[in-house]
Amino acid sequence: MKPVFRDLTPDRPRVTIRFGGQALSVPEGETLAAALLLAGIEAFRDTPATGRPRGPFCMMGACYDCLVQIDGVTRQACMTEVSEGLEVHRVPRPGDADD
Amino acid sequence: MTDLLILGAGPAGMAASARAAGLGLSVVLIDEQPRAGGQIYREVDRVSGPRGAILGADYLRGRALTGALAHPRITHLGGATVWQVGAGPEVFLTRNGQAERIAGQRLLIATGALERPMPVPGWTLPGVMTTGAAQILLKRSGLVAERAVLAGSGPLLYLVAAQMVRAGTPPLALVETQRMGDLLAAQGHLTGALRGIRDLAKGLGLLADLRRAGVRRFTGVRDMAVLGDTRTEGIAFTTAKGPQQIACDTVLLHHGVVPNTQIPRSIEADHAWSDHQRCFAPVTDAWGETTVAGVFVAGDGGGILGAQAAELSGQLAALQVACTLGAITTGDRDLAARPLRRALARQRAFRRFLDRAYPPYSGGLAPKDDTVVCRCEEITAGQVRAAAARGAMGPNQCKAFLRVGMGPCQGRYCGATITELLASAHRQTPDQTGAFRIRPPIKPVTLGEIAAMVAASDTEAET
Repeated sequence: MKPVFRDLTPDRPRVTIRFGGQALSVPEGETLAAALLLAGIEAFRDTPATGRPRGPFCMMGACYDCLVQIDGVTRQACMTEVSEGLEVHRVPRPGDADD
Repeated sequence: MTDLLILGAGPAGMAASARAAGLGLSVVLIDEQPRAGGQIYREVDRVSGPRGAILGADYLRGRALTGALAHPRITHLGGATVWQVGAGPEVFLTRNGQAERIAGQRLLIATGALERPMPVPGWTLPGVMTTGAAQILLKRSGLVAERAVLAGSGPLLYLVAAQMVRAGTPPLALVETQRMGDLLAAQGHLTGALRGIRDLAKGLGLLADLRRAGVRRFTGVRDMAVLGDTRTEGIAFTTAKGPQQIACDTVLLHHGVVPNTQIPRSIEADHAWSDHQRCFAPVTDAWGETTVAGVFVAGDGGGILGAQAAELSGQLAALQVACTLGAITTGDRDLAARPLRRALARQRAFRRFLDRAYPPYSGGLAPKDDTVVCRCEEITAGQVRAAAARGAMGPNQCKAFLRVGMGPCQGRYCGATITELLASAHRQTPDQTGAFRIRPPIKPVTLGEIAAMVAASDTEAET
């Protein structure tokens, strides 16, 4: 999807990360939440209770809506910085098969 | 042992650090972000060129505060997540994947504010954010939402909208909930407003900028709802002229901020409800000391007064800490405090005017039954009212009924709403109703991090 945010400094150095298996080229050193938004991804996970999509809400580490999984640990995308080769997974929902 | 531990490197924490270090105290300034500034001055040292001009002079003045941290007696620990605080005082934190414990003579909590939760239908959809979040995206990342509507009430809406105009991407509209009657009632605080005349003029200047840019404004709005099924597609609301709809990709909500009380609550400091600010704040003396001896609160975390007042209350706390540790006399303390208190009184008077002119959106304080209020556990206002009818008197009892406030955000974005819903259902005051009990860990920590910390302290004990 076309990103709903505009990057005021689009000519920054970029790195490649993967989100849910998809390779994305994103600005180096950016927060993971901003990087995914710029890549046109707004829904980062589905809620455990009802499976509804969720994306970043507070951008300051308080709401825990932007959760993702990195190296098997659930993390806040807004509190994580991207680096080359970062492998990010969607948080599995209870009952999801292990992959 | 360190003289003063400070949690939060925003205006209160930074000003307190500099003042305390200047009086000869050793300071450890602990902050979750890698770089100092807090949310208000986020990334102020790295922003340059056009982005600085977009954010404005009030933002750039934060550099004086970050600059003053380069002092031999100040240790700034950035990127540190605090997950437990003890009276003592002591702080447990994780930094670079390592957990550690730091003890100090005194503790200052300067953890600022959170956006007041604004539960309206659809506020959990991707594409809905707080207005503060949009500003963080601009400061930290240089991102601007392309087709956005700002909704709610308060001067932050004007500031962010004006910054978006300067960035060349004006918002589609401002959907404001305050009414003409609120502004008229606020005139009772006109003397206060005039004491903040420079800030008032700035606010009017922002409104003129928005008018020139052709940003549409709707006021006295009610029945607000975000439209969309799996993402934000628009916003619906009612004005005096009837129902309205605007198609958009992003909705930025804001109806004021409230003190972030997670840490003072976690050490069981007393809190009291403020009727005029409509929130809980820690109970403190005139220096910011809480009911837990040796633990202070400064800045918006002690009551919402804004960034300039935060610098003042941070310095007052530093003076009292220096005095009680014997670094200055009570005479020196009182002399230094006098100009700070005078300036603080001006800020307080102006804030009274703003609080009255831009009250929170009533539909966001008492949401309709089918609106989700607990974002984590997806509990609706109707479920909370039903639990109240079945006998849940306070927020902690309500947890047992519904799991409300027990998700990962630990009640940060539902606590205020739950207290108000229960208070209203039982016709009690918020003080009688109470708030969520906050227990450590106040932020997630892995067992591995704790185990590594315990192993390290055992090794230390053995050698």
